[in-house]
Amino acid sequence: MTINVRPPDPKKLIRGDSGDWEVVVGMEVHAQVTSNAKLFSGASTEFGGAPNSHVSFVDAAMPGMLPVINAECVAQAVRSGLGLKAEINLRSVFDRKNYFYPDLPQGYQISQYKQPIVGEGTVTVDLLDGTSFEVGIERLHLEQDAGKSLHDQHPSQSYVDLNRSGVALMEIVSKPDLRSAEEARAYLSKLRTILRYLGTCDGNMEEGSLRADVNVSVRKPGGPLGTRCEIKNVNSIRFVGQAVDYEARRQIRIIEDGGTIDQETRLFDPGKGETRPMRSKEEAHDYRYFPDPDLLPLEFTQEWVDELARNLPELPDQKRARFIADYALTPYDASVLVVEKESADFFERVAKGRDGKAAANWVINELAGRLNKEGKDIADSPVDSVQLGAILDLLAAGTISGKIAKDLFEIVWTEGGDPREIVAKRGLTQVTDTGAIARVVDEIIAANPDKVAAAKAKPTLLGWFVGQVMKASGGKANPQTVNDLLKEKLGL
Amino acid sequence: MAVDTETVKRVARLARIAVSEAEAESFRTDLNAILGFVEQLNKVDVSGVEPMTSVLPMALPKRADIVDDGFIAGKVVGNAPQRHDDFFVVPKVVE
Repeated sequence: MTINVRPPDPKKLIRGDSGDWEVVVGMEVHAQVTSNAKLFSGASTEFGGAPNSHVSFVDAAMPGMLPVINAECVAQAVRSGLGLKAEINLRSVFDRKNYFYPDLPQGYQISQYKQPIVGEGTVTVDLLDGTSFEVGIERLHLEQDAGKSLHDQHPSQSYVDLNRSGVALMEIVSKPDLRSAEEARAYLSKLRTILRYLGTCDGNMEEGSLRADVNVSVRKPGGPLGTRCEIKNVNSIRFVGQAVDYEARRQIRIIEDGGTIDQETRLFDPGKGETRPMRSKEEAHDYRYFPDPDLLPLEFTQEWVDELARNLPELPDQKRARFIADYALTPYDASVLVVEKESADFFERVAKGRDGKAAANWVINELAGRLNKEGKDIADSPVDSVQLGAILDLLAAGTISGKIAKDLFEIVWTEGGDPREIVAKRGLTQVTDTGAIARVVDEIIAANPDKVAAAKAKPTLLGWFVGQVMKASGGKANPQTVNDLLKEKLGL
Repeated sequence: MAVDTETVKRVARLARIAVSEAEAESFRTDLNAILGFVEQLNKVDVSGVEPMTSVLPMALPKRADIVDDGFIAGKVVGNAPQRHDDFFVVPKVVE
């Protein structure tokens, strides 16, 4: 395995009693393939059906049933591989991974072992400080999901629902190229964005469509790799960060106390924010993989792959580069906007034919801030892109002030309507008439002789005057004109 | 390749088959006889020969992404020794 060699970043090191430590993280992400039917049967993949309603005899592993592969799941895996800039294997093989568990009726999972459908690739991850780094992808393979066991329905028994059994998963294995909790979070977030753009996985972590096994080890910066622990089934991006931080510190403490790390599987407890060993120390896994005799090798042509590649949508990296080039956005703004395709599309509708930077500002700060506050998605935004565009036009034309624009946004948010009509009807138009503003300025100066005197000594008091004039004008005075007039009349 | 009694016990455990000490010993003899017989295949030189996956030159059959099965929960759990509200019910297994 080739490991991405980046010199250790001092900012990302963890301080221990014996000096600095570097954490090394790799991830195995299970992403549910977006498809109507399961990987090897015609049962539905829909989330939340009645118990065992989305189960065929194939999924229940009834004797004599044979798996037939869903062509769309294959296409989705190839699209994902293309999105990860990865090698596509025109021939791959399905194997049986053998183990016993009540929610695995076959007694084995159909997976891919030695010959996966997708080989090595790369994900470019952008951090919030504007830097980016590359994470190597080791492989992507197709496999079946297991069913679900419910342990809280009965004191001495478990209930098994096979609705998920046989749903197609893509296991995406990264190289151990991550060097901090922040990088681990950013990688998973980027991977989720790419899959959502491709439409190959909905990325819904609450419903378990995306879950990560996180491999963590620590070492002295640049030294040989330490023994790793695998933290299973972490189901949120935030938890991935917490799990890496906790696990790194735990391992450092053990090593510095003279102990050694046991290679083991651990669970992350979100309530306590800690990892702990899985209760049963299962004997060393022996899955006895062998090629599934029910399935021929999976083969397709390069032409078919090329056709899928031609129809791939614009991916987040391309969109980010285009936003920077076409709309003069900062890399930070562009990165924030492309995380969710819906936000990027919304931004683009607002920015078309307008000032891109202003559009980005309003979408990222005012709109996203307001949506977050009310827990709404951009798809359900009360202010649509046409309305926000109209507010920006009024602002750009100088018809309304920045202050009024925010008020107007609030009015449109709660009451709806055409921003232009609202401005006309409610008399929100900015006063740019110098004479009118000058009268207000004179009134304020006349009413506050003490402040005028004080301002001579303390010019920062100008702000107070500007505030008073704006207030008196109902926020409609042009702030620049107010500023200029006040400076002149106060002799500042 | 010859197997010892420990290997027989391990394989039995992986397959969740209970074997007694005496059975393990008897299976060891049987398995070694079978393995010895199969071992003869090693005499054939297969270097450069691709493993055969099918006797006929055919491609993996594929299905369209259409929901045309399921909604038979009653039948799915019909043979289960224990069931409740269309769930399979099994002895408690908590990880």
